[in-house]
Amino acid sequence: MSAPMLDIRDLHLSFKGHTGLTEVLHGISLHIQPGERVALVGESGSGKSVTARIVLGLLQDLPSARITGQVLFDGRDLELMSSRARHALRGTAMSMIFQDPTSSLNPVFRIADQFHDVLRRADPSVAKAAAHDRAAAILAEVSIRDAQRVLNAYPFQLSGGMNQRVMIAMALANEPALLIADEPGTALDVTVQAQTLQLMRRLVEDHHTAVLFISHNLGVVREFADRLYVIYKGRMVEQGPTDAVFADPRHPYTRALMAAVPHLTGGGIPEIAEASPDFAAPLVDHEAEAPS
Amino acid sequence: MTAPILRLSDVSRTFGTGDGAVHAVRSVSFDVAAGECLAIVGESGSGKSTLANMILGIYPPTTGEIALEGTVLPARRALAHRQAIQLVQQNPLSSLNPKRSIGATLRLALDVHGIGAPADRAAIVGALLEEVGLAAEYARRAPAALSGGQRQRVAIARALACQSRVVVLDEPTSALDVLVQARVLRLLDALRAERGLTYIFITHDLSVVRNIADRIAVFEKGRMIEIGDTETIFSAPSQTYTRRLISAVPVITGDELALRDKLAAHTKEDAP
Repeated sequence: MSAPMLDIRDLHLSFKGHTGLTEVLHGISLHIQPGERVALVGESGSGKSVTARIVLGLLQDLPSARITGQVLFDGRDLELMSSRARHALRGTAMSMIFQDPTSSLNPVFRIADQFHDVLRRADPSVAKAAAHDRAAAILAEVSIRDAQRVLNAYPFQLSGGMNQRVMIAMALANEPALLIADEPGTALDVTVQAQTLQLMRRLVEDHHTAVLFISHNLGVVREFADRLYVIYKGRMVEQGPTDAVFADPRHPYTRALMAAVPHLTGGGIPEIAEASPDFAAPLVDHEAEAPS
Repeated sequence: MTAPILRLSDVSRTFGTGDGAVHAVRSVSFDVAAGECLAIVGESGSGKSTLANMILGIYPPTTGEIALEGTVLPARRALAHRQAIQLVQQNPLSSLNPKRSIGATLRLALDVHGIGAPADRAAIVGALLEEVGLAAEYARRAPAALSGGQRQRVAIARALACQSRVVVLDEPTSALDVLVQARVLRLLDALRAERGLTYIFITHDLSVVRNIADRIAVFEKGRMIEIGDTETIFSAPSQTYTRRLISAVPVITGDELALRDKLAAHTKEDAP
């Protein structure tokens, strides 16, 4: 087995506030192999987005955040790196796709200019014309046929689905080793969302990109991820290969989540009990139990 | 069969004129029976929000008529008509006044529509909160002090405060976590039965629709392309577009996958 692209070990995060420290991550561990698609599933407030921000190196610079534990990216400990070195990784070795493509693109610059900025992160000397050609080639990869029109457009002139493709193209433009996707496509129509996921899946397969896929939508996770982690109130509660977890969810919280999803085949709206003390039960690890 | 509570006859809405005109809703007609939950589904730009706004009287149809219990509603509606049809929006954080306590928001609805004797209104507010599963003391809190699910319960209580008979639910659970969504949906279902409410449930989430709606109207580009029983729409949709919508839904069980695959196979047969 090769070394993981991302290896999070016993990560704790607390925020210092007026009333003292509030711990939001209580020692989580997670790893992603090169080229692997891993989902982190949880509700709002579970800690999934702060985890992404720590991997991106964004929370480390926040004075009120206390982080302990290890985050190894391609074998290098992010906590030991300077803020400058972490900055250099963003947009090059790791990149991110956000939930709402239209609001994450800058409304006052054309797509071509924004692409130029992205490509300059990896190669500061890249000329405008060369960046334009490279951008057109990447847009073709995300099935945008009229790349010239898109490059000359402002984000508000494009549909949400088109902006999402532009975001994916930008995120993959510098061939990152790790892509973090935070609820991609949730702001889009369901048919566009399905196309976006298919496209993302094909691209990360072609480029052998590792993906940390953050979502609360179990259906989307089932279709996209190889492996998944379920997080509840800052603790991992279940992890394993996607098929294994869906076939046999064993943690009470995972079971409650799955039971709460309304089914296309009917069956009514499930009755959901209030948060149960069982949700604090220890981690169920499908892989630790399976003989390897 | 009883007379419909709501009847739309050949309703259209056009924005702008000439070449730039947008036909947001085109000749839509349907009846809604009292106590029914009719889902309006479609993608962005299908006209479902325009339709909702016309039902609510935010603007009138360009042509066509909307009738409530047999009375055609005028462009400028009387208070009683506005009271009868209420709205629950997708994002309760933006639909509740952040400066006003929950109690004051509910109280305002009672005051405007003159519901209950003024001396009784504080008690009515408490009863409404309890009806949606919140303790009466929530009346003193501000919207910001509530969770997303609790705020949506307040928005529902506000619609109930008016003693409305028709409630337009515009994506009421799309902003909520899945466990919270299930609880709010159950609450809506229970309230419909207890109060005999009629729901116009606008959403793009077909898994939710499958479990809460009696009938479904499918919209595409301003036209209603299909309307029928939930069961029929899911087992034998007549339109390719409907099949495409259903087969794009991310699902988690084998049975759902089988349903999707069946519909997707039909869609391929339809293709020229």
